[in-house]
Amino acid sequence: MSAGNGYKVIGTRPVRHDGVDKVTGRAVYGGDTRLSGLLYGQVLRSPHAHARIKSIDISKAQALPGVKAVLTGADLPKTGDTIVDLGEGPARLKYMSDNVLATDKTLYSGHPVAAVCASNVHIAEEALDLIEVEYEVLEAVLNLREAMKEGAPQLHPDMTTQEFGEDTGRTSNLATHFQHKLGDPDTAFASADVVIEREFNTATVHQGYIEPHNATAMWNADGQITIWTSTQGSFAARAQTGAVLDIPVSKIKVVPQEIGGGFGGKIPIYLEPIAAMLSKASGQPVKLIMTRPAVFESTGPTPGSHIKIKMGANKDGKIVAAEAYIAFESGAYPGGLVGAAAMCVFSCYDIANGLIDCYDVVLNKPRSFAYRAPGSTQACFATEHVVELLAAELGIDPLEFRLKNSATTGTRRIDGVVYPKMGCKEVLEAIRDSEHYKSAAPSGPNQGRGISLGYWFNVGLQSACTASVNNDGTVSLSEGSTDIGGSRTSIAMQFAETLSLDVDDVRAQVVDTDSIGHTDVTGGSRVTYATGWAAYKSALDVQAQMCERAAQLWEVEVDQVAFEEGVFSSGDKSYTFKELSGHLDETGGPVIGRATVNPDSGVGGSFAANIADVEVDPDTGKVQVLRFTVIQDAGKAIHPSYVEGQMQGGSAQGIGWALNEEYYYNKDGQLDNSSYLDYRIPTSLDLPMIETIIVEVPNPGHPFGVRGVGEANIAPPPAAMAGAIADAIGVRLQELPMKPSNVLAATQASEGQAALAAGG
Amino acid sequence: MPVAWIPSLMQKLTEGQQQIPVEGSTVRQVVEALESLYPGFKDRIVEDDRIRTEIAVAVDGEVVTSGLRARVGAESEVHFLPALAGG
Amino acid sequence: MSKIHVQTTINEEATEFLCEPRESLLEVLRETLGFTGTKEGCNDGNCGACSVTLDGVLIDSCLMLAVEAEGKSISTVEGLANPEGLHPIQQAFLEHAALQCGICTPGFLVASKALLDHNPEPSEHEIRHWLAGNLCRCTGYDKIVRAVLEAAQTVRASA
Repeated sequence: MSAGNGYKVIGTRPVRHDGVDKVTGRAVYGGDTRLSGLLYGQVLRSPHAHARIKSIDISKAQALPGVKAVLTGADLPKTGDTIVDLGEGPARLKYMSDNVLATDKTLYSGHPVAAVCASNVHIAEEALDLIEVEYEVLEAVLNLREAMKEGAPQLHPDMTTQEFGEDTGRTSNLATHFQHKLGDPDTAFASADVVIEREFNTATVHQGYIEPHNATAMWNADGQITIWTSTQGSFAARAQTGAVLDIPVSKIKVVPQEIGGGFGGKIPIYLEPIAAMLSKASGQPVKLIMTRPAVFESTGPTPGSHIKIKMGANKDGKIVAAEAYIAFESGAYPGGLVGAAAMCVFSCYDIANGLIDCYDVVLNKPRSFAYRAPGSTQACFATEHVVELLAAELGIDPLEFRLKNSATTGTRRIDGVVYPKMGCKEVLEAIRDSEHYKSAAPSGPNQGRGISLGYWFNVGLQSACTASVNNDGTVSLSEGSTDIGGSRTSIAMQFAETLSLDVDDVRAQVVDTDSIGHTDVTGGSRVTYATGWAAYKSALDVQAQMCERAAQLWEVEVDQVAFEEGVFSSGDKSYTFKELSGHLDETGGPVIGRATVNPDSGVGGSFAANIADVEVDPDTGKVQVLRFTVIQDAGKAIHPSYVEGQMQGGSAQGIGWALNEEYYYNKDGQLDNSSYLDYRIPTSLDLPMIETIIVEVPNPGHPFGVRGVGEANIAPPPAAMAGAIADAIGVRLQELPMKPSNVLAATQASEGQAALAAGG
Repeated sequence: MPVAWIPSLMQKLTEGQQQIPVEGSTVRQVVEALESLYPGFKDRIVEDDRIRTEIAVAVDGEVVTSGLRARVGAESEVHFLPALAGG
Repeated sequence: MSKIHVQTTINEEATEFLCEPRESLLEVLRETLGFTGTKEGCNDGNCGACSVTLDGVLIDSCLMLAVEAEGKSISTVEGLANPEGLHPIQQAFLEHAALQCGICTPGFLVASKALLDHNPEPSEHEIRHWLAGNLCRCTGYDKIVRAVLEAAQTVRASA
């Protein structure tokens, strides 16, 4: 298997090293944790969207045989007004703690109010029924635009709108407001030949990982706590748990178990402090697994949004100005996802004048968290809609219009960032050159084609890696990045490439927080980029040490030892890596390479695009995807199969977001679709094969040119689907999801208008 | 001279100035220079001698990881952005 | 609650266990017997992560009470491989990178095996239809469907 480009390992498709464990059922996920004397916990959740907790009586639950401990928010340490950044953006510690177990108020239906552990899960469930909570039900607000109005029910009476480091002193549900401005948008709009403005709404959606949240904890008699959990970041989980429990992180070891999907939703903690406190109270290890309804009601969701986009262009097809108003639901507590939306909303285009005005709004839903390119999907849906309308108004082919306005190296985004080398244009050209695009668009009744373009900026952050050389020349690589989609292998491949080793001779394992340097979350498409970089640097460290060993053996100076293509040499002497590894014991003992990174330059963003063909059922409004292609800039694809997998997975999630997925709250503010039956994610039958085209515009900021590919791919699908639906039925929808009833209503409205026009 | 880009919501403080050339080879020096031009600026960006957790500073388009100590080049742009939650 | 004695067969081994009447087969498999390869995704029959076969019929083990296993034969993901190696479906999943997080994988493997036992030459559509009860949030199903198509070929070739 040769990879081309001079690489031996990078670009090949080895079987992932954790693969056999995962196809035989041996891999241990969080919920599979088994310990001696294990107790089982359950959490009682508020049925009310907004209520004051007047009292909680746990006495009957405590008295139930088999119950070992009962916990309420009053048992958690009191937290001050501290602002902490614990791996998922800045947050007020009280908010974080109150989201684990409510104290004074419950702010969404599903908000935890108490927890129990017992000898089995059924007894724990029975005990929940015996906990008596007296609520004073308060008026709730679950609609974004209602929540923004003056006089709306206020979730946090003391919360005032923050405007970029300035406290406005105004109490409302508007947590933050900020703006980006570039150039002179007013003048530019006035000079534009065409100006188009539209308004959009997108529903609250969930990350939908198949594995429910879980945590198992043992609080030892010596005060040391071990937590086994499925988390995107063991160090983030440790920091958050330590903060909520007010204990130093040195007292906590987080053991990251295999994780069944996260997509941003397993960065925050929910159960970890509860498991720890229940273990402390009972003296035994305690495991909690969320029920599926609890996962939907209490975790995740990513923000619903209200967006207005205005764009102006000249007759020659150049976009001259753009304006966005973006309001995001942050759920029960202030979040931070609208900032990312602002960085993505016009990021595909070179626009000299613009204004982006953003609001983060609290309302009575679970606290919003990241979901794959958080904020970008909503923004992309809105912007691409207006881009298509501008192209149509100007009579320019939509792909050509995008190419003409494409962001490129040196483009300044409206938020001020200037792009380094980027693959936006190349991704658009790949659409143009694709077999799919060149093939005739589907021309049957109610069939259509759409294209779209999206972006995610990616992040760097901290990673650590250690590499132990075994005396047979194999390497044990330890790293701290939770492996959610094959990253152990892509990390091992980068290490192997650096030292010209066989990839199967490098075994990467994800280790606990006591066994590796701080490593930030698996998120922001950072692992293959940053942890891969740490692996590369640790390989160079190994190489340097091995050269010293060879110098000892050959009795030469170290600078007389060369290393090339896996062979150490000096004059006529040479050792392969394996041969030299057999001499470590006589030259000073083990060799351990180590490296840490915290890149603050070179994080390369990634663009993704779609071509979608659909057919709309005119009787039901159901949209069937006929053909779907995803194109993405990977910089350099380390393991192309897993790059394709990210692209296909993000596409499927984007299609679900486009067509089906949304939270339905009833009039009492309770979630009515908290199961996979009713919160319908795409099944195998809903999708066609998803064609992939990997574009490689190497990232100059990474030793192998890597750009993270985990996220940008979810941004363009709703926009592409909207375009395809518009092509099919003549109506361009401004709301997500484009579910059958909405599509049908739009079709009927448009037919009604046509009939009126014909009749008139 | 590095150029500080002022967020639109802070331009009240800078008398409408969007881009301000200031001396400095670190973010700290840039912020101090802005403070001396526009008293009150530092308070919006810095708390307890650290960049406020809700704010990120980007030098030449990359969010810095070493806070106020981050190096700023002679031709650099310094941007003040809202801090982000991860994905 | 008093427990009931159940005699059953799991992965061709005679097995006995005690369980409460309210315990699901999934719970007993995972917590009592240690077959944690069978996963819990929803506990209400909508995700397929807990797929096993009962006398050759594909079921969600979360929807069946453990006491109903009396006298039946159950196959789980742990029974797919043998000392000679992986089942062709397992091998195909690895080679096609048909898993990312892997939590749904045991269910897909068991369901795919049941499909091939029932229909050795399924079309893409038949595979998609059969597997529609197994949810995957990571892959978009493309590589899973391709893996099953190839495994079907391998199984037919070796039959």
